[in-house]
Amino acid sequence: MSILRRHHVLIILAAVLLLLPLVLPNNYYYDIVIRMAINAILVLGLNLLIGFAGQISLGHAGFVGIGAYASAILPTHFGWHPLLAMAAGATIASAIAAIVARPIFRLKGHYLAMATLGLGIITAIVIKNEAAYTGGPDGMPVVALALMGFEISGEKKWYWVLAVVLLFSFWAARNLIDSPFGRALRALHGSEVASQVMGVDVVRYKVAIFVLSAFFASLMGSVTAHYIGFVTPNIADFFHSIELVTMVVIGGMASIYGSLIGAILLTALPQALSTFEGWETVVFGAILMFCMIFMPRGLVPTLAQRFGGRESEGD
Amino acid sequence: MALLEVDNLSIAFGGVTAVQHVSFAVERGLVYSVIGPNGAGKTTLFNLITGVYTPNEGEIRLAGESIAGMAPHELALKGMARTFQNLQICMNMTALENVMVGAHLQLDRNLVKAMLRFPGIARRDRELKDTARELMAFVGLESYWNLGASSMPYGALKRLEIARALAAKPRILFLDEPAAGLNARETAEIDELVRKVADNDVTVVLVEHDMKMVMNISDRILVLDYGKKLTEGTAREVRENPDVIAAYLGSNV
Repeated sequence: MSILRRHHVLIILAAVLLLLPLVLPNNYYYDIVIRMAINAILVLGLNLLIGFAGQISLGHAGFVGIGAYASAILPTHFGWHPLLAMAAGATIASAIAAIVARPIFRLKGHYLAMATLGLGIITAIVIKNEAAYTGGPDGMPVVALALMGFEISGEKKWYWVLAVVLLFSFWAARNLIDSPFGRALRALHGSEVASQVMGVDVVRYKVAIFVLSAFFASLMGSVTAHYIGFVTPNIADFFHSIELVTMVVIGGMASIYGSLIGAILLTALPQALSTFEGWETVVFGAILMFCMIFMPRGLVPTLAQRFGGRESEGD
Repeated sequence: MALLEVDNLSIAFGGVTAVQHVSFAVERGLVYSVIGPNGAGKTTLFNLITGVYTPNEGEIRLAGESIAGMAPHELALKGMARTFQNLQICMNMTALENVMVGAHLQLDRNLVKAMLRFPGIARRDRELKDTARELMAFVGLESYWNLGASSMPYGALKRLEIARALAAKPRILFLDEPAAGLNARETAEIDELVRKVADNDVTVVLVEHDMKMVMNISDRILVLDYGKKLTEGTAREVRENPDVIAAYLGSNV
């Protein structure tokens, strides 16, 4: 069966997600798994941009913030349906990404990093300053997400929602990478001039993947806001952007399941390190340095090469 | 009407005129070579025609249509393909995927359909894999198809570039020093391959330093020196031209 061969990791992931509730002892663990899933989807979108297309973004949390605050502000202040607010947030994030992308993608390397960094910081500042709508630095509550009278609340319901979204995202990303669009993206990373000569409109593709990752970042921002029931400007700040980039790099650039592993590890690690009392940041930093020195390509690509022989994207 | 017509083409970089008033025409189905000493402007001429540079002056027509100043990805749509003197292989992909990228313009590039893997996309991708494998066999790389491009030897990568260019089903193929850095046996293989390509009704424009290969396979040869056209003709005419001999060996006038 080709679907088994193509998506064997995805099937294992589905099985794990199905069985996980049997061993999760309480809501605290559900909460960690849900955060892992949210991060994994965010990191996956970012990895398409950074790992596959080779374009850095240091302001991605800005798009997460746009989604989160759209879901907070529009239903609370304007009485919008949360789903409509979520769609509006994703549309706004995509539109901003599309407008700034053209000038931004004329830049390369450090300049691109600086431009996206600026974009993220501006978003965070706007959120902090527009206190009348956003609650300023204190943040604001978010209404519960209800679908056709069925309210999604509590860890167990969110778990199943995110399990489905997670599986769908990884399936879609795998498909994308293995399509003409995805090959064009990877080709422009490998050699921009060669891909142009083959007919790839390089700027259009960079813009498209930037918009796509902004779209998903905004959606996951909305989901985070509804799940937690409260948003603060921290969701859009620079440190969140860096955290997401770190997950991409540690898990493995241009590795679909590296995104999952990176998100799981870096979400779990701070919790696991809490026993170090005050030194957890130091230990955290040391682990990251260790990973980068001994596995510069990231966990999944390094391990896949060591144990699997054939290195490949996404498997 | 010639397939490719270049008329009075010039470009200057700062004070250096790299290509100066060059005109020539390439008939369909020929192997047309551009030769000249180092720095004669051969690669610059290639870059002008394939859209990497925009000419300061002059006209380029492909099948009668003006193409000067078009971007490389627009020229691909017109049936132009090329390889590079210093390899431009996507090292982050497998050999087969590199060839598949060559067929980019023949495929449905829709993002949403790709993510949801519409049946048409999946089927077309399987067909493309077969075509790409055939092309790899055509250039003699069948044993490499599943390998990452980064683990292939230099000589194989040279041929992989040709396979990738052919995947675009070009009308005209520009080869920039396909035999550079290859040994005599590998050069002979490239020689044979270029002939095979031309026999498949793909017009070939070639820049090459290996004189034996150029004299062997070219239907016509353009000689450049200091950015200017020195002469043009068949291998025999060029070989016997005193200006060409002077340019290559130096003259004692």
